[in-house]
Amino acid sequence: MRKFSKVMLFVLVLMLVMQGVWAQGTKETAAQDKTIRIFGAFRGEEAARFDEIIRIFNEKSGYNAVYEGSPEFETQILVQAEAGTPPDIAALPQPGIMHKFAQEGYIKPLSSRVIGMIDANYAPVWKDLGSYGGKTYGVFHRVNAKSFVWYPKKAFEAKGYKVPKTWDELRALQDQIVRDGGYPWSIGFESGNATGWVGTDWMEDVMLRTAGPEVYDQWVNHEIPFDHPAVKRALDYLGEIFLNPKYVYGGAPYILTTNFGDSVKPLFDKPTKVFMNRQGNFITGFMPQNIQDNLEEEVGVFPLPSIDEKWGTPILGGGDQFVVFNDKPGVQEFMEFLTTWESGAPWAQVGGALFPHKSQDFNDYGNSLEREIAKALVDATVFRFDASDLMPAEVGAGSFWTGMVEYVNGKDAKSVLSDIEKSWPR
Amino acid sequence: MQIQRDRERKELVVRTVVFTPFSIIVMVGGFLLLRNNPMSQILTTLFAIVWGTFSVLALFYSMNLIVQLFPTRKYNKIIPFVFVGPAILIIGWYLLIPTVRSLVLSFMNRNSTAFAGLENYKYIFTDSTMRTAFGNTVLWLLFGTAFAVFFGLLTALMAERSAIEKLGKTLVFLPMGISMVGAGVIWKFMYAYKPVGANQTGLLNALVVAFGGEPKSWLGTAPMNNFFLIIIFVWLQTGFSLVVLAAALKGVSEEIKEAARIDGAKEFTVLMKIVLPSIYGSIVTVSTTIMLAALKSFDIVYSMTNGLYGTEVLASQQYKQMFKFLDYGRGSAIAIIILLAVSPVIYYNLKEFNKREVF
Repeated sequence: MRKFSKVMLFVLVLMLVMQGVWAQGTKETAAQDKTIRIFGAFRGEEAARFDEIIRIFNEKSGYNAVYEGSPEFETQILVQAEAGTPPDIAALPQPGIMHKFAQEGYIKPLSSRVIGMIDANYAPVWKDLGSYGGKTYGVFHRVNAKSFVWYPKKAFEAKGYKVPKTWDELRALQDQIVRDGGYPWSIGFESGNATGWVGTDWMEDVMLRTAGPEVYDQWVNHEIPFDHPAVKRALDYLGEIFLNPKYVYGGAPYILTTNFGDSVKPLFDKPTKVFMNRQGNFITGFMPQNIQDNLEEEVGVFPLPSIDEKWGTPILGGGDQFVVFNDKPGVQEFMEFLTTWESGAPWAQVGGALFPHKSQDFNDYGNSLEREIAKALVDATVFRFDASDLMPAEVGAGSFWTGMVEYVNGKDAKSVLSDIEKSWPR
Repeated sequence: MQIQRDRERKELVVRTVVFTPFSIIVMVGGFLLLRNNPMSQILTTLFAIVWGTFSVLALFYSMNLIVQLFPTRKYNKIIPFVFVGPAILIIGWYLLIPTVRSLVLSFMNRNSTAFAGLENYKYIFTDSTMRTAFGNTVLWLLFGTAFAVFFGLLTALMAERSAIEKLGKTLVFLPMGISMVGAGVIWKFMYAYKPVGANQTGLLNALVVAFGGEPKSWLGTAPMNNFFLIIIFVWLQTGFSLVVLAAALKGVSEEIKEAARIDGAKEFTVLMKIVLPSIYGSIVTVSTTIMLAALKSFDIVYSMTNGLYGTEVLASQQYKQMFKFLDYGRGSAIAIIILLAVSPVIYYNLKEFNKREVF
């Protein structure tokens, strides 16, 4: 017992000393804390490319910005914010989450300098998407444009197919492909715990084309119910494709079980059986390596054709907005850096990203496909943000996703839409 | 005699006076230090482990010293509380307070800003997704538990008579070492679907196609997909029931079995009339333990289907309402329902646990 108490005493004294030493060290490090923590949802290759951008900032400014991505970002950021241990900057994919954080006072408004930069270098729509309650919180950096149809150029041209300009031409093309023994579409909904977003993207694209941007906005803001005839009409357009096993490779089971990234791969199988995949610009990163290496020769792309001439060919897009949780030194500088083309050019050169910056040089894009898409995005007369990211999470990340899955799985359009309507929070 | 006792007492007082303030300073100082979080992750972890361990030892040691200053009779009365007290306080802090808080939140609106009455509970019992979740949870409870216990018992009985007892048991027990999410990832490959004509990467569909059938989307068609998920659960839990039941079987008296056989009982009768009644207690404990796991089952559903295609269960709905839809009211209400459903099972389990020494 004596020995034991001596050992205990020794350890305790040792720990007291250690605490003292460390507490001394604390004061010094806190004063020169140059680390800026950035947290977001994207990982892997995308994160590696963003790290390159951060490196430029760090070299220029002397700060140490560090990016970390998590597949559970949406949950984690919430927990961190509520626990009072948020990152310094976060990249939020959904404007709805930004509204919540702004409401709760978790995020800080941007400095007037950064807002000035946004005014100068972005179309007004991006500032609106980053604002809540009269204050601007978010800076958009890399964005995506989703209304595009990708096709295997060589096989497509060898069969003599023409790029459709209108929905009727698209229908004719579909039937022609079926007659030739192929499948028009490869569609994959699977995406881990976000399964279904590919379906909602399709739906939004068609809504913009059949009902126009005003009705689209009413739909997003729940000024018309989710089971409104205009929405039903859009869903029926989708059903024509989704529910016809001749039009979709593998039919409904394939749609539901195939990962969105894998769904583009059959386009490049030899011999070609599948000809089209509707997806955002980021899909090029999921194509087989040999195709990626010869993107311009192997891949063709066209915007999803117009349905009603009145609304032309609108562009649907999305993107992460960066918001500030801690207004410590360097953070506003980083936000300012994101508004400049200097932060976009290196990524544009490697590919896989689009930017909304007005000051961008289209020649910086590494290939002609992305150059065209970037031009289409900046010049679009009608641009709308991904509706499901704007709707409340119960719908946008819940019943709308599951509704699309159930629709493909055989549930009738009417009950799908009325179920989503019922789930809208009151 | 008196002198020696006085000396011991003096020494005790000195030790208490020296030791107790030290412990308090270390405990509070370490806590404050950790809260300020000045060190790198590795240093923090190392410090927390060393500090935590020694703080606990120091706490008990110095409390014991203090209580020793009392006369022996009082010491005997106080000391049990000293030893159990901290544990009860910590459990109360981590379990009791959150439970009460969940109960309160379950009667509040989604941001917990206003009282909502029974609105959340009304939602739980009327919403169609919630009804599916209830139905599926019952499926999990019934079939998950029944099959896991049945197969565990079957393998235990067979292993007893088999030459490869150890190998067989090891193989059945092996999946216990795999996490539920890990199992989900593995079984995704079993159930994978590719269209007709393409190479089937999923084992099940490869077999079906090899025998001339058409590939199926196993996880996409309700209500069968629930059973495909439950199979994974059974695969994981059978090992647990096997181990416990095999141990219990070893305890069944050979003499009674022998006596029954001499009296002319068939093997099946021996099993039904002697073996099973003798291990009844173990069967109940295994069943209730697996039932608890089935009630809480979340990982498999989350990693395999995320509740799509009609596979939602209560736990996955709770997670979604709470962390995805940010509806703290509904999320908490579902948590309370699960707690209520679990409570009788836990109560029964503990009662059995106390009555017989099953493990």
